[in-house]
Parts: sequence; C-alpha cells; structure tokens
Amino acid sequence: MSTETSTGTASPEPKPEAGETAPGTEERQPGAAPAAPRPPADRPHADHSTAAPPEEAPLPGTRPEEAPAPDTHPETEAETETENDAFDLDALPAPANARGLLLRSLLTPLRGRVAWTAFLLLLQQAAVQAGPLLVAYAIDRAVPALREGEHGPLYAVGAGYLLCALASGVLQYGFIDAAAHVNQNVLLDLRGRIFRHAQELSIDFHERYTSGRLISRATTDVESLRELLDEGLQELVTVVLSFVYISAMLLWLDLGLGSVAVASFVPLYLLVRRYRRRADQVFARRSTAIASVIVKFAETMNGIRPVRAFRREHANDQDFQGLNHRHERSNGDALLEMARYVVGSRLVANTAVAGIVLWGAYRVAEGGLALGVLAASVLYLRRLYDPIDRLGMFLNSYQSAAASLEKLAGLLAQVPSVPETTDPKPLPERRAGRPGREVVFDGVRFAYRTGGEVLPRFALTLPAGRTVAVVGSTGAGKSTLAKLLARFYDPTEGRVLLDGTDLRELSVPELRRGVVMVTQESFLFSGTVAENIALGRPDASREEIEHAAKTIGAHDFITALPDGYDTDVRKRGGRISAGQRQLVAFARALLADPAVLILDEATSSLDIPGERAVQHAMHTVLHGRTAVVIAHRLSTVEIADRVLVMHHGRIIEDGTPAELIAAEGAFGDLHRAWRESLAG
Amino acid sequence: MSETSAGTKELQARPTGGDRSAVRTLLRLWPWVRPVRVRLFSAACVAIVASCVGLVIPLVLKWIVDGPVAEGDSGGVWLGALYLLLLGIGEAALFGFRRWLVARPLASVEAAMRADLFGRLQRLPMAFHDRWPSGQLLSRATTDLMLLRMFLAFPLTFLLVNGVTILVGMVILLLQEWTLGLVLLVPAVPVMAVCWLFETRYAAVARTAQDQVGDLTTVVEESVLGIRIIKGFGRHRRQAEVFRDLALRLRGTELAKARLLAAIWGVIVTLPELAIGAALVLGTVQVSEGDLSAGALVAFLSTALALRWPIDSIGFLLAMSQEAATATQRYFEVMDTAPEQETVPERESVGGPPVRAEDRDRPGDRGGTDRSRGGLCFENVVFRYPDAPEDSRPVLDGVDLHIRPGETMALVGGTGSGKTTLTALVPRLHEPTAGRITVDGRDITALPRAELRTLVSVAFEEPTLFSASVGENVLMGARPGAAPPENTTEKAAADTAEEAAGAEEAAGAEDGHDDEEALRRALAVAQAEFVHRLPQGAGTQVGEQGLSLSGGQRQRLALARAVVGRPRYLVLDDPLSALDVHTEALVEAALRRVLAETTALVVAHRPSTVLLADRVALLSEGRITAVGTHQELLRESAEYAWLMSGTTPPAGAEPAGKAAAGSSSAAAPHPHSTQGGGPR
Repeated sequence: MSTETSTGTASPEPKPEAGETAPGTEERQPGAAPAAPRPPADRPHADHSTAAPPEEAPLPGTRPEEAPAPDTHPETEAETETENDAFDLDALPAPANARGLLLRSLLTPLRGRVAWTAFLLLLQQAAVQAGPLLVAYAIDRAVPALREGEHGPLYAVGAGYLLCALASGVLQYGFIDAAAHVNQNVLLDLRGRIFRHAQELSIDFHERYTSGRLISRATTDVESLRELLDEGLQELVTVVLSFVYISAMLLWLDLGLGSVAVASFVPLYLLVRRYRRRADQVFARRSTAIASVIVKFAETMNGIRPVRAFRREHANDQDFQGLNHRHERSNGDALLEMARYVVGSRLVANTAVAGIVLWGAYRVAEGGLALGVLAASVLYLRRLYDPIDRLGMFLNSYQSAAASLEKLAGLLAQVPSVPETTDPKPLPERRAGRPGREVVFDGVRFAYRTGGEVLPRFALTLPAGRTVAVVGSTGAGKSTLAKLLARFYDPTEGRVLLDGTDLRELSVPELRRGVVMVTQESFLFSGTVAENIALGRPDASREEIEHAAKTIGAHDFITALPDGYDTDVRKRGGRISAGQRQLVAFARALLADPAVLILDEATSSLDIPGERAVQHAMHTVLHGRTAVVIAHRLSTVEIADRVLVMHHGRIIEDGTPAELIAAEGAFGDLHRAWRESLAG
Repeated sequence: MSETSAGTKELQARPTGGDRSAVRTLLRLWPWVRPVRVRLFSAACVAIVASCVGLVIPLVLKWIVDGPVAEGDSGGVWLGALYLLLLGIGEAALFGFRRWLVARPLASVEAAMRADLFGRLQRLPMAFHDRWPSGQLLSRATTDLMLLRMFLAFPLTFLLVNGVTILVGMVILLLQEWTLGLVLLVPAVPVMAVCWLFETRYAAVARTAQDQVGDLTTVVEESVLGIRIIKGFGRHRRQAEVFRDLALRLRGTELAKARLLAAIWGVIVTLPELAIGAALVLGTVQVSEGDLSAGALVAFLSTALALRWPIDSIGFLLAMSQEAATATQRYFEVMDTAPEQETVPERESVGGPPVRAEDRDRPGDRGGTDRSRGGLCFENVVFRYPDAPEDSRPVLDGVDLHIRPGETMALVGGTGSGKTTLTALVPRLHEPTAGRITVDGRDITALPRAELRTLVSVAFEEPTLFSASVGENVLMGARPGAAPPENTTEKAAADTAEEAAGAEEAAGAEDGHDDEEALRRALAVAQAEFVHRLPQGAGTQVGEQGLSLSGGQRQRLALARAVVGRPRYLVLDDPLSALDVHTEALVEAALRRVLAETTALVVAHRPSTVLLADRVALLSEGRITAVGTHQELLRESAEYAWLMSGTTPPAGAEPAGKAAAGSSSAAAPHPHSTQGGGPR
C-alpha cells in the first residue's frame, strides 16, 4: 500500500520555483485534437502575476506526471514515507502515554461521581466480606455461648448477617446505578469528542483517513471502551477491593497465614504482566483487522449497484473472507492468551490454598491456631482467589480498550490543518445594494505539506458582485483555487482576503455567511427534504425553504414526492435522482444566501433546463453576489463576466468571454469545440 | 428458497420484534453453532466438571478439619493437602482446557456469521439497500456479532454450568444437612420470579439501545461521507448537536438498562445472602446442641459460599443473553429478507444456448428466435418501487421501446422522469412491476442474473471505484471476479464473460494477455490515458483506501469498466457529465466506435451526448412519448426542444405522438400527448 507513493518520493522531483509545467502532464494529447490549449506566453494579463514563464523542459520519466489529480489528493504528490505509513497502517502517531492521558481527561470531570461510586463499592465489599468473619464469630463465640445458654451472640450473628445481606443488596443497586452514570457520561463525552474532532479535521485528513476507519473508530473502538467501563472497571475495583479486604482480614486473623496469601500475589502479578505484554500486540492487531473489515463492508454497501451490475459478489466474498479471517485469527489469539493466563493464575491460587491449608491445619493440630480462625481463613482464601477469573475478564477488556484508546488518541491528536481562529474578526457590513464581497488572493501559493506544488504564487482580485468562471483541464488547479476560497485548505503562503479580511480570522459562522461552496457531490443526509435544504440556514422558515426550492426549479418534483417537503429521503418513496439532488444542493446554497458563491462542477448532473434555472437564479436571486463558477460546460461560462483559464496551476488567460472567444487562445479553442458539439 | 414470487415482493418493513422469547430467538443461531457443536459441548462438560471439582474442595476441607486436624494426625494433614493440591491442579487444567476448546471455534462462529451477513447483503434486492442506512447494517456486522460471540463464550456455557453447579451444590448441601439445605432453597422461587420479570422488561430496553447505536452509526457515517457539504455550510456544530442529541438519548436508554440490571443484581445478591445468614444461625444452634460438627458447618457454609458466584452471576448472564437475543433478532432482520430470486428457475440457464462469440460479432443477426424482436425491447413496462404505496403513480407507466440490434438509443427526459430507473431495470437491479423486457427476444426474467449481467454492461451516473487497483476496477467489467464459480449458473456466466473478454483472441489464449489487451483498449476508449501516469500505472490503488481521483477521472474509469468486456448490450447513464468539453469530444469519438458494435441505451442530458445515438427516445410522464432522430425530435417535440436547448417552448406545441409517427420507430409509441413540454 505504501509503495504506491514511495515511487513518487524516491525519484528526484524537480521543483522549479514557478511550479511544474512539464508538458505531457496534461491528460489530453496536444495535437491529437483541434482544441489543444496553447501556453499563452505572449498573453500578459491584468491582475495576476505568474512569477516565471512556463517551463518547457520536458522531464521524461523522472516522475509520474500529473499522476493524481492534485486537487483531490494532497498526499499523493510526495509525502514522507512515515506519514504515509501511519495512514496506511492505521497507526496515527500519538504522544507517549496518550491513552492514559485520554482516559484521565475523560474521568477528571467526573471525579465526584467516581469517588461516590468507589465509596459505594467500598461499603458494598465490606458488607459482603463480613460473612466469613461472622462465621468465625459464630463458631468460636456463639456456639460456646449457646452451650452456656446465652443467646446474645447468636442474635448478634443473625442481626449482623441480616444487616450485611440487606446492605450488600442495596449498595449493589446503588453502585451499579452510579457506575452506569460514570460510564455513560464518559462514553457521551468520548463519542462527542471523536465526532466533533472528526468534523473539525480538514478535508485533506478525511481524504486520507477514509470514512470506514473513522466509522470504525467511532463505533467498535468506543464499544470496546464501553465494555471496559461496563464490566471491566467494576471487576477491577471489586477485585482490588476484595484483595485488599481479604488480605487484611487474613493478616488480622493470623499473620502467618495472611503473609503466605499476600506472597502469592507476586507470581500472580508476574502472570498479569506477561499477559498484558502479549495481549497488547494481539489486540492492536485485532483492532486494525476489524477496521479493515469495516472499510470493506462499508465500501461494498455504499457501492452496491456496481457490485451487482458487475457481478462482484463472489470476488467480494473472497476478499471479505480474507479480511474476516485475519480478524478471526487475531480474535482467536486473544482468547487463547486469556486461556493461558487463566490456567497460570488458577494454578498459583490453588497451590497457595493447598499450602496455606496444610500449614494452618498443622498448626491447629499442634494447638497453635483456633479452629474457627482456620475455618474463616479457608473461607476467605476461597474468596481471595475467586476474583482471579474476573481479573482476567478485566484484563481482557482493558487490553482491548487500550488498543482502541491508542487509536482514538491518535485520531484525537490530529491537529486540524485549517484551525478555527480563537480571535475572530467580523466582516465589514455589506453595503446596501451590493450583496457581494470582494475576494483577493494576495500572493497566494499552495503546496502540499511535503512540497508538491499545486498553485505557484499568484495574485488575483475578484471584484464584488461579479461572476467569474474558471476553466481548465482536470488537475489544472481549479478546485484547489475554489477550496482555498472556501477555506477547505489554507494557502501555504499569502492570504485570501474577503473584503479585506483574512479568511483565517473569520469565525466559522461568519465565514459561511460570506462564502458557500456547492460541489459536484450531491450527498443527502437522513431526514426530510426540507431539512436537507435547511442545512443552508437552519433557522429558515418553511416559506423560505419553499421559496428557495421554487427559485431553482425544485419545487415541482419535491411536491410530487409522497410527503412533499416532509418526505424522508431514506424512507419510502424518497428516491431522488442525481439531478434532483443537485437541485436540492442549490436550493441549500440559495437559502444560505452567501456573499460569495462557489460552484465547483455543481451543474454536471443537471439537464439543460435545470442548468438554465440555476443561471436564472444567479441573475435574479443571487444578483450582485460574487460568484466563482468552475465548470467544463461552457454554457455555464457564458453567463460569466470574466473567465480565467487555468493550466498547471497558473492562470493562463483572463478576460471577458467575448474577448477570449475572439482571441486565439485555449478558451477560444474550447469554445469552438463546444459550439460544434451543440451544432450537430 | 422455494419462493419464486417476483423478486422484491417479499420485502416488508422491519418485523415487529419482541414477541419471540429470547430462547427461541437464540435457537436460530444453531446453524452457525452446529459446526463447532462438539467443541462447544465438550467445553461445557469440562466446565461442569471443573465447577464440581470446585465444589468438592470444601468437602476435602471438612475432611481435614474433622479428621486429621481434630485428631492431630499430621500425616493425614499432608494427605489432605495433597488431595487439595491435586484437585486444584485438575481444576486449573480443566479451566484452561475449556478455554482452549472454544477459543478458535468462537472466533470462527463470529466470522462465519459476518461472512454470511455480508454475502446475503450483497444479494439482497436493491430496494432493501435503498431503505436501510448502511450504518444500521454495519452495526449489525460489528457490535451485534461481538455480542453474539460473547454470548456463546459466557452466558451460553455458564448458564448451563452454573445451573448444574447450583443443582449439584444444592444436592451436596441437602445431603450434608437437609434442614440447612432446605433453608437455602427458600429464595429460589422469588429469585426465579424476579428473573422472569426482568427478562421481559430488559429485552425491550436492550433492543432500543441497539437500534439507537445503529442510528448513531448512521449519523457518524453520513457526517463523514457528507463532510464537504457540512464544511461548505459551516454546519459541523449543528451536526455535532444532532449527534449529541442521539448520544444523549442512547445514554438515557443505557441508564434505564443499568437500573434494571442493578435491581435484579440487588435482589440476587440479597436473597441468597439472607438464606445463608439463616442457615448460619440455625447451624450454630445445631452445633451448640451437638447435632452438627463444627467441620460440617464450615464445609456446609463453604459450599454455600462457593455457590454464591454462580448465583450472583445469573443476573448479568441473563442480561447478556437478552442482549444477544436482540442482537440475533437484528441479525435475522437482514438474514430473513429473501435474496433476489431467479424468477424463472434455472429453466434456460443450463439448457439455454449460451451466447456464442460468433453471435457477438454480428449483433442482432442471431439466427434464432423472433428476429423482429431482437435487440433490447421494453414492452409496456410499468414500474413502481416495491415500497411505494400501491395506489401511487408508477415511476414508469407503460414504457414501450425497441432498440434494434446494433442500434444506439439515447434516452432523454426531464430531471426525475425515471431515466435512471429505466436503466436499472435492464440488468435487473429492480424488477418491473408489470410488462416485460427482452434482450435478443428473450425475456430477461428468464435469464439467470449472472448471465444477463454479462450480456448487459452498465456505467452508472455515480462512478464508484472500489479499493483495488485501477486495472482491477476496470477489468471487473470483463470478468465476474476471480472467485471460482459456485454452481453451473455461475459457471455459465463465467464462461460467457471469458468469451466476452477474449472475443477477438484465439480461444485458450492466456488470461493475463487478454486482460492486458482488453484493459488497454478500454482505457483508450474512455480516454483514460492518465492511468499510465499514475504512480504505478494501472496497478495504482484507488478507492476508499487508495488514491482519490477527480470526478472526471472516475467517470472515465467507470466508462472503461462498462466497455472492457465488449458487452452485447451497453447501458450508459449520462456517461460524460463530469468531463470537460475537450475530453468529452475525444471520448465521444472513441465511444462511437464501440457503440457501432453494440446495442446501447444512453441516458443523455445534452445534445453532444445525444449525437452519439442513432435515435432518441423521449421519456415523459413515465412513458416514451416520442422516438426519432435528434433533428426530428427537435423539430417535432416541444418538450424535447426545451430539454435540449433550455429555451421556452413555443405555445401550442405539437403533440409528441406526431413526432413519433414521423420517425422510423419500430416501437409502438404510446399515443400519449405531451402538453407542450415544460417543467413538471
């Protein structure tokens, strides 16, 4: 997996200051078609500056050229090996002891509750462990007293036992309830943290981490922590408490017998340590294995149509079988580790019991020990080692949770590369009648962290209220330009200014009132159609939602749905075609009513009337907004006031559509090709 | 499996759970448990023996206390300690043996169930997937199956083991001192009553909790998949609120669950403890009166205390079983849904003439059945989504269309007019509600799906790539995966596919070579030469876990996938929407050559795509209202002209019937008029 990118890193990568323009990096073959764009070396333009003339020197074979559409996949250009491995191996780096810190930070706000829970358990264990003591008392005191006709001690035993029984029941109830509160609060916190953090991480992270893994983190990994909290911690506390209580009791009953029992903890501790070491690896393997099972599962279910149409079922079964088997092995390994631990600990415990009984019995026989004391000691001994299996259960869930916590800590340690400012500045008031805002790319350069340059340094001003079309082939950097403006990425150098304010200084709500991007993707969320539109502005009234839909020409199909605007898109009859989904996406953008609207290939699934409706809306509702339209459909471009032609990260042509059509440039060629396609 | 009713009819809403008893539900796991039954039962037996050994230990203690200790026989003490040690070692060995027996089988049961779920999901009707969020499916494949594995590991064995242990223990107690034993029996009835009460109430809460986990998973998944939209509108906080609400609701349910658990645990702890207290008081009296030896009382209480854990654990074992039962229910909600049926059983699949390579070369010239109806033919096809209400208007309402052998037919219609739905009927992703579709004069329902899907190749509107190399992604259109065929039907399909892939190659040529050649050709058609510039060429990993490609690149690969197998029938759903004008022109040129050799149905939004076709069919109001050449329809159908140019149709447009009459259509267009087009 990691080798695919290592080629890119290994080979010498030319990094001319001005960016790479190795010919042949474009997808189309120059000359093979009439409309091949020519580098307009002779075409200087108004307000952008390319730092250096395009370099013509071909670099055959030095590196895979243009390989990954760079605007979609940052790391493929040239990422350091280690970073890639981290993603590929599903092992994001986390600071040392991150999982401990994570667990602590989850529990710290609940200190009070944790203490209360522990206190309840303390009392509960005291009540439970009083039993054998009462037995010893009964045998050594109540029996002789009864023989002398005195009933007091017997009543005491009875009352004591009654009290202990009731107390242990009530305390047990209280403890489980209290513990559940702690657990559920921790889980709520953790789930929220993962979710919020994932939402805050930037797009490039999501593109690398894959959705399946993220889902796996938020589900199975949280689940294993839930198991630890639900059963594990309770077990641990119970086990530790009973160890402490019982050891104390044994020591109190008889120092010698007690010390033998305490001494037996040493081999037990060693066993636990060995188990932990071995289980650590097994569980880490298991967590990775289940994540890849989930990735495969989610991918198949989300792409079920092509799976069916191309008869992939068998091949998928086989692939899944392989991944599933890997998980099965690691799962089995984990269970076997447990078996090994249980045998070891039982052996130690039973040997200790035999030894203590032998010694105790010897001493009773020699008269050095009271019979009642031996009886109580033996009863306690049985109890002492009873929780060993439960300790195993705890260790099991702890190791499993530790592996998950490690991964979660790695995820949570990822720093959003597009952080929200802590000191937001407001945008200046929009001037009346001028709803658009001016956009300035001020000396902006964009490269991926490891150096693959996508946009060489450039300057560009988009005046308020104008519609600018950006055209160019795949990989020319159009989408990167749009993503910079939408602040999906931050520029490597320079600033993107909205009415003079750096985008980085805007709060998210302010930014989104300013800039909204409609993409080619037309994902719908569960919920009603109205809710999906209202995503643009959650406080919008039904009238406003319907108005937005009407404007874009989506009202008719929506009202034709079984429940109109209240149709659940995931339920009966909520099937919405790709074109309709794009209309919904537009309605959403209209509702958001931004100062700057970016359309990134947002009309590709629309038919011509739909496209016209969009254009109409831009003339009417969105009139005066600043618009950036990325499209390969030149029909969309026609409405633009200005066209930018991009090629390998540079703006090579800039002008009004009419000017560019008249000129002998790339756009003119494109436009002619397009006219011809219409004419036929 | 005997059911042969129309494919998706048997789909129903989620079965109402809860009316089955937990035991009956859990019994349904038998088919998966069966293969490991020997080990599982042996393990249970071993566990019972181990538990009984545990019960014998107190008897040995009694023997030591009453015998050697009382008599001061040091040799006897040694013997007793030796017995104790041997029993202890035996117990430890049995414990380990039990775990070793079940470790691998348990992991394999979980894996097998997961693989079966995955396999079933891949074969369920499309309508099922339309309805079920994949998060719900995923939570079944992960959390629910883990619960089931844990159920098999603990509750299943230990309910039996503890039950037997309790019984044996009671027998031993009754044999030792029947009076005291009876006292201990008293709480049995109330405990059982409480358990029963608990079971019914816990089941409902557990089910709710698991469904809520599924909902939560769905939100996580959507938020990850729709991250660009969420970011684009700055809605991540709101999304986090939605998530938090759901997580809070889940927390509430979990707390209710915990309270129930706490209650039963409280009762189960208190009642037996009270009984033991009573026995202690009575026993003390008996000892004092000399009816009972001290050793006997110690042994009795020791045995009684040894039974505490088995009794205590019943509470959580029942809880786990209950959760396992609901997990099983949820699992079977998927497994009980019938997979797609071959509506007409194997009749023609084996005996029917497979498509020969020579037929392929002369499309439509099959000297066989019904030549006039060769090609792809829709006859009065009506389609309503199976989950739509019976009285709703069908999406397709009597489609008649004949695509002659070798012909390319463009399908044009307004947004949401059912074009994509119509294309989904051809490879039988959905089944028509009425009417029939024939290929080469054969009803598609008479063809095994695998064979049909080999004949018909599809490029979907949304180009999905899987986590595999580019080459594998494209070549999956040529072969039904690398899996060995399962039965004759699959075999036949595989054979035909091989033939398809190697149509030109001499029979018996190497697969690898064929593939390479086919891949090269397909990539050329789709103008996907960018593949060769990827880091590892066609071997580059793409999809979820690989390089992410731009929309245009993915679309071209999807197109290559559709044509790689040189299918007899090609269904393309708006195959060029994401391409820039220039690439589009190149693809069109190459595609034209492919289309010349096949019979094709191409959904088109734009004139440029329409021009690929020999004729155009206009889909409106669920019917084909006009068929003709592009020019004819432009002249004669106002709706068509509107769809193609976006200009408002002139008032009083001619009825579409006339347009169709003017064409040379062999199909019988419905004499249904389009009211001058216009958006609906």
